Amino acid sequence: MSRLQVNTTINGDEIDFLCDPGETLLDVLRNHLGLTGAKEGCGSGDCGACTVNLDGRIVCSCLVLAAEAEGSKIETIEGMADGAELHPLQRKFIEHAALQCGICTPGFLIASKALLERNPDPTETEVRYWLAGNLCRCTGYDKIVRAVMDAAAEMRAS
Amino acid sequence: MAEINRLTKDSGFKVVGTRPPRPDGIDKVTGKAKFGADMFAPGMLVGKILRSPHPHAKIRSIDASRAEALHGVKAVVTAADFAEKVPRSHQATLHNIMAHGKALYEGHAVAAVAAIDNATAKKALSLIEVDYEPLPFVIDVEDAIAEDAPLVHEGMITRGMDPKPEKPSNIESACEFGHGDLDAGFAAADIVLEREFRTEASHQGYIEPHACLANYSDDGNSELWCCTQGHFLVRDTTAPLLGIPVSKLRVTASEIGGGFGGKTVIYLEPVALALSRKSGRPVKMVMTRDEVFRATGPTSSSYMNVKIGITKDGRITAADALLFYQSGCYGGFIAQLGAMSAFACYGLDAVRSRGREVVTNRPMQASYRAPGAPIINFAVESLLDELAREINMDPIEFRLKNAAREGDRSSYGPVYDQIGMVRTLETARDHPHYSSPVPAGQGRGVAAGFWFNFGGLTAISLNVNSDGTVTVSVGRPDIGGSRAAMCQMAAEELGIPYENVRCIIADTSSLGFNDTTDGSRTTFANGLAIIEAARAAIKNMCGRAAKMWGIPEDAVAWEDGCAKPSGPNAGDFDPMPISEIARKAPNTGGPIAGHYEVNADGAGVSFGVHIADVSVDAETGRTTVHRYTVVQDAGKAVHPSYVEGQYQGGAVQGIGWALNEGYFYGKDGKMENPGFLDYRMPVASDLPMIEAAIIEIPNKGHPYGVRGVGETSIVPPLATIGNAIRSATGVRMTEVPMSPPALLAQLDGFKQAAE
Repeated sequence: MSRLQVNTTINGDEIDFLCDPGETLLDVLRNHLGLTGAKEGCGSGDCGACTVNLDGRIVCSCLVLAAEAEGSKIETIEGMADGAELHPLQRKFIEHAALQCGICTPGFLIASKALLERNPDPTETEVRYWLAGNLCRCTGYDKIVRAVMDAAAEMRAS
Repeated sequence: MAEINRLTKDSGFKVVGTRPPRPDGIDKVTGKAKFGADMFAPGMLVGKILRSPHPHAKIRSIDASRAEALHGVKAVVTAADFAEKVPRSHQATLHNIMAHGKALYEGHAVAAVAAIDNATAKKALSLIEVDYEPLPFVIDVEDAIAEDAPLVHEGMITRGMDPKPEKPSNIESACEFGHGDLDAGFAAADIVLEREFRTEASHQGYIEPHACLANYSDDGNSELWCCTQGHFLVRDTTAPLLGIPVSKLRVTASEIGGGFGGKTVIYLEPVALALSRKSGRPVKMVMTRDEVFRATGPTSSSYMNVKIGITKDGRITAADALLFYQSGCYGGFIAQLGAMSAFACYGLDAVRSRGREVVTNRPMQASYRAPGAPIINFAVESLLDELAREINMDPIEFRLKNAAREGDRSSYGPVYDQIGMVRTLETARDHPHYSSPVPAGQGRGVAAGFWFNFGGLTAISLNVNSDGTVTVSVGRPDIGGSRAAMCQMAAEELGIPYENVRCIIADTSSLGFNDTTDGSRTTFANGLAIIEAARAAIKNMCGRAAKMWGIPEDAVAWEDGCAKPSGPNAGDFDPMPISEIARKAPNTGGPIAGHYEVNADGAGVSFGVHIADVSVDAETGRTTVHRYTVVQDAGKAVHPSYVEGQYQGGAVQGIGWALNEGYFYGKDGKMENPGFLDYRMPVASDLPMIEAAIIEIPNKGHPYGVRGVGETSIVPPLATIGNAIRSATGVRMTEVPMSPPALLAQLDGFKQAAE
């Protein structure tokens, strides 16, 4: 089986990679590019731990074939902070203790960032429904929801 | 309970009780943190496991020759590649990681391959030919205890039964706890209720599947990297399974993506190491979610009978419970913990609880957060709710009337020391949630719960660095932010800023044996060892200052991170800060450190009371939780945000178990919902905020009064939700999960009333 060459922009860098036609975007990010921030929790699109932003849309990267990413702009958790400066969501997750084990955190952050780009002033219900595709087994979601709402408030004020 | 009194501080804390950022926070929000599957090694192979498609089958033969011949396959292992004899305590693990002659459940490992990539490994699995002889199987607990049930283990005689049964059965072991005269107690009752209850198995549901990377070395430097709740346990189990000395295996714990008891069991590590030994290359193994569901966890399903008698004024006169816990294919200890915890919230004169571990053709059972307790708690607290209704008594007042108090003999034996059951109930009663009116269309439920908490084997090392900062090495994986609490306790004792302490999880070659991160033990047991290690370092540093000042060692005291002259003969010297003592250490005796090793007892039991407001949709049977409050004793909350997090997380796991989660088996004995779509755990939109009220009744077994907080919170939710549903609908659910179809089937009367 011959490998495919795929040209992408990942976290602002132009990245070309070779992949098997059956490999997912998550496989490539983790196993070929060393971007292990996206996690595989289920491989079936149910847990959201592998969430990345693909051309402005959040996707489960375990459900995207790597070859489909040709020409795409991809944002992963590794690109969320601006150098050493954390994104407000990242800061608020730490401040609110919105993570315990932290395995779901990258997916929640990527999904939350996409929410706030569309809706800078979400209600609690809107936050809860937007994040319903991301499973967290540790926190009961309370502190995650609070962190997102607080980050939104801070970003609106600045 | 414990005579021990270590309590040295219960007020005036400077760092303990604050909410600093966790030390691993930035790594976790930037994707840098390395979890089980995030490690790679040069020349690494991919390991995969072939699993039994049958719930019960004799393995007549395994022919791996075609797989071995496949290009890119570097090793195949079966049961023959592991030690023939292991200590009895490791027998079940040996037979579980690789079936020995018989597959005991669908998903039981039969063989494993290591190949150059995932696709090749998968193809190799399909080329292994296993000749199975399917056997009759049993899945449910009541079927397993039936007279004519197929036996999971031929010839197994129940342990712990007196007299010893002559006939083999699926009841692996039996236990009994209690005291007093039950007959007299029931005779003295005005009202006696007896009910049967059933619960389905639930999975721990950690988002990170099991993963490890093994690198075997013949010269004695074998390495394992894995996500586990206890890397010392991994080492001490894996080494004998491969027939190598413990010293020749070093295990490093990765960051761990949830465990909840499910990562106290060893599945992949010995297999990966055996594949590495055979192939001569590093081998990485990662389970799929399907494998996690079919072959790991879950906790017990159950069938229980509970009988309780009360007087008209609400005093319990006798309580009796019989628990049959479905314990997977090997039995275990979960029914025992269930029986012990059954009535532990109450001070009773006549009480008995009997547990039975029942084996079935399901995966080897694993602990799940307060293992065994939520199951029997559902039965007991549901029945108590009915009894309170019988006499029109407020459920919290009813429980207060019967609450366990200091000096009471617990239902499982020991006499209680300073405990918080009464204050927990009073706090719940006085909570704004409980005093608020129940909104129209909703019902309110309350339930109490108990967990023992554990301590155990602990070894800590604390090093004072050359600039006066401190590194603490602990031996238990940090599963939910515990490193912050470790740093806080070290900083508190040493009188230095939180930021000046770093806590690392040391590998198994760097510290003495540490029990696993479970039993709510980490902050309690690590904490007391850290404080003792800090005290040893302080004593050492006072000695250094005394030496420099030329005064007696006992004329130096430690205060706010400084050595200070103290007492009449001390002389007049400026306080010497830890940074100066550390800098001068090369000239005063060398490096400064403290360490402490202990089998920590005195963990301190804890109680929780939960309050829920729910509504039930009469059309669909769906229950919505509108408001939920957790009240729990933490002894001393070291980092209150993470204590609240434990309360909230445990409550939500319990809500999921109560309302949705459960295993579905087909008539063929195979699990039908092995994925997160069909094994549906709570998502954010299912839930309200979870209010968390922390009570602090110091535990005398810890210098700062800390109790474990991780497990109690999953104990009350099943009954809390059931009692709220009863209030909302008039329907008493006696089976978990109380899923929409299950509830709908009971709701006819409610529906008519609603119309």
